[in-house]
Amino acid sequence: MDRAAIIGVGMTKIEKNKVRDTFADMAWEAVNKALDDAGMTIDDIDNVITTSSDFWDGRTISCMAVGDASGAAHKNVSCVEGDGTYGAFYGMTRSLSGSYKTTLVTGHSKGSQSVSSLITNCSFDPIYERGLGMDMVTACAMQANAYMNRTKTTAEQMAMVSVKNHGNAMKNPLAQLPMKLAVSDVLKSEMVADPLHKLDCSPVSDGCAAVIIAHESVASKFKQKPVWLKGVSFCADSFFFGDRDISRAKSLAQAAKKAYAMAGIKDPKKEIDVAEVYDAFTYQELMWLEEMGLADDSTAGKLLEKGEFNIDGRLPVNASGGLLSGHPIIAAGLYEMAAVVRQIRGDAGGFQVRKANTGLVHGVNGLGGQSHCVWILGKDK
Amino acid sequence: MADQFKGIDPMVYNSKINVPYSWWAGDTASRFFISLRDEKKIIATRCGTCRKTFLPPRKSCPTCFTENTEWVNVSDEGTVLSFTVARRKFAAIPADRKMPVIWALIRLEGADTALLHYLDDVKPEDVKIGMRVKAVFAEERKATIRDISHFKPVR
Repeated sequence: MDRAAIIGVGMTKIEKNKVRDTFADMAWEAVNKALDDAGMTIDDIDNVITTSSDFWDGRTISCMAVGDASGAAHKNVSCVEGDGTYGAFYGMTRSLSGSYKTTLVTGHSKGSQSVSSLITNCSFDPIYERGLGMDMVTACAMQANAYMNRTKTTAEQMAMVSVKNHGNAMKNPLAQLPMKLAVSDVLKSEMVADPLHKLDCSPVSDGCAAVIIAHESVASKFKQKPVWLKGVSFCADSFFFGDRDISRAKSLAQAAKKAYAMAGIKDPKKEIDVAEVYDAFTYQELMWLEEMGLADDSTAGKLLEKGEFNIDGRLPVNASGGLLSGHPIIAAGLYEMAAVVRQIRGDAGGFQVRKANTGLVHGVNGLGGQSHCVWILGKDK
Repeated sequence: MADQFKGIDPMVYNSKINVPYSWWAGDTASRFFISLRDEKKIIATRCGTCRKTFLPPRKSCPTCFTENTEWVNVSDEGTVLSFTVARRKFAAIPADRKMPVIWALIRLEGADTALLHYLDDVKPEDVKIGMRVKAVFAEERKATIRDISHFKPVR
């Protein structure tokens, strides 16, 4: 199979309220930063994928409103609704299709402009479930209880994820919530929905991220060192919450296995050097690590206590600060991807890890991780 | 250039998206809701291939990709698989619900999947995964999921 690489990344700072920027303004900033990073001009881009969500954007066909500011005029532009990692998947397939060579992929959202509880309530089935009034926070709280009950993970271990990631964010100028916290700060923060405290939850955020994906024939033509897309897969579980064992993420285990096989990874625990995983809530970082085989079942909390997932640990996880430190829905997966690209290039700045030849990026779609997308990125082709 | 936002609130365009929208409940959900309303019975669909019973009922089996042709009665009693207690009054919570609201995933006897619903008549600290609960039907029923008022512990 032909190969593709990421040759440029650009992100806005993640903020609580981007009062100066419209969606298009955010795209303009992220796209220009990605072009600068790659050493390209917009004329070097031959097609564009935008990633957004109509409900979050408060309009229909939201993807079409950012095309102009993304340089999509006169180019083939298409869109994905879902996390940015899925937009990148579509972007990669286009770069490998033979029709295009360089794909610009963007993802944006603003949590600040709506009421997240009402928006995420609308992802429940309208006939059977929506009227009960659950939302993303309460759904994930229910999943956290199921996960804690099965694995005996403790509230303190979950709080340590928050302490670690907010602490890492102090080294990342793009993060919204850099904070030096103690476990007791997390446990004393407001209980929003048992067992999740306020500091177990990611904040409401605004932001836009862009990545440029190139076919191997042009990947080295520009300024930047290519970071190779070595493996990718996404899998989905049942829509209805009650059809799944919500203490597990079967589709994530499947997606990770396929991505590892594609990348030729036999022992992910040894071969993955750095990972950015979808920590919308503290328990998720631990649960996702176990499902991806990066920690044995029911052990991620204990490994975290030992410091294995610290920035200087065996496997640094969310060295950028993760989504707990800034969570622009949809754009989130592209921020993670950009963080891992920078690690592999060796230009992650203050949150650079020691060794980063192979990195993992994980994105999520749907309530409580109905669907998961796993990427393996590498320094070597 | 002077900062145009200095000392003033940033400009916003306030609006509200309010589009009337009706979902046709369809054959399957209508039958389920009519059974709740008129008979206070919880019914589910069953896959003829794998014999799995689905609640809430739906027309096709996601595993076998075949049509669920059979209807079965399921018990109004079951087991709590997980739960949460909302301490904050989230905007999606219906106005008539008293805080704190407890939701649970409940697997009723006779069903292979779990139903999302409320728990009530119980203190939040007494709710446990694995506890037995029973459906309490609403006095006034309108053929919606809230024809079941809530589930309460089996004493």
